[in-house]
Amino acid sequence: MDEPLNLVLFSGTDDKLQAAAVLTAGAAALGKPVNIFLQYWALDAFRSARIGQDHGLAPEAGPAGRAAVDALARAGQASWAETLRQAKDLGSVDIQACSLSMDLLNLESTDLDSLVDGVEGVTAFYLNAGAGQVVFI
Amino acid sequence: MPVLEISQTIDARGLSCPMPIVKTAQAVRTIPSGAAIELLATDVGSIKDVAAWCKATGNELIEQTSDGAVYRFVIRRKGGL
Repeated sequence: MDEPLNLVLFSGTDDKLQAAAVLTAGAAALGKPVNIFLQYWALDAFRSARIGQDHGLAPEAGPAGRAAVDALARAGQASWAETLRQAKDLGSVDIQACSLSMDLLNLESTDLDSLVDGVEGVTAFYLNAGAGQVVFI
Repeated sequence: MPVLEISQTIDARGLSCPMPIVKTAQAVRTIPSGAAIELLATDVGSIKDVAAWCKATGNELIEQTSDGAVYRFVIRRKGGL
């Protein structure tokens, strides 16, 4: 359980971010460290001004998927941002923004939600990943 | 055999995965070794998840029952007793 779980988040839709948050919270509950690297559209979803907004769903969701996701939210499912907050409270969860994506989106650290711990490059991400698995979402 | 005292009840009914486990992990670290919590959940995944979490963390699942709709678990924090 000592090797970290390393998630590279690329997609910025709410369903994929929710799936990533669930994986993160589960690992945190087991005492497994989690490193999250935010790239492209996932990073965009972590803007403090937009994190609570609707970020849409993956194309395969379709109207039926939209309805199912909405039903789960109405039933009280925590948002992905709230799930990540709980995971950070529970265990070692480090969330870093990819510096290339920061440039791409013309972002400053102050534009990001407080869930994000810092900005790093891919080399630092790999170094922290150690021998743990890398999962790309 | 000493009577097992349940320190608190975690009501995770209606919460989806992984919140029953998140709330369990949060609660267990607030109780002393040997003390126990009761977890109520409706997420069907919690049946395997609670057992797996206990196995991985060394805490003890000492009771698991269900009335069909609600799953009830009693978990004792590792150490002590």
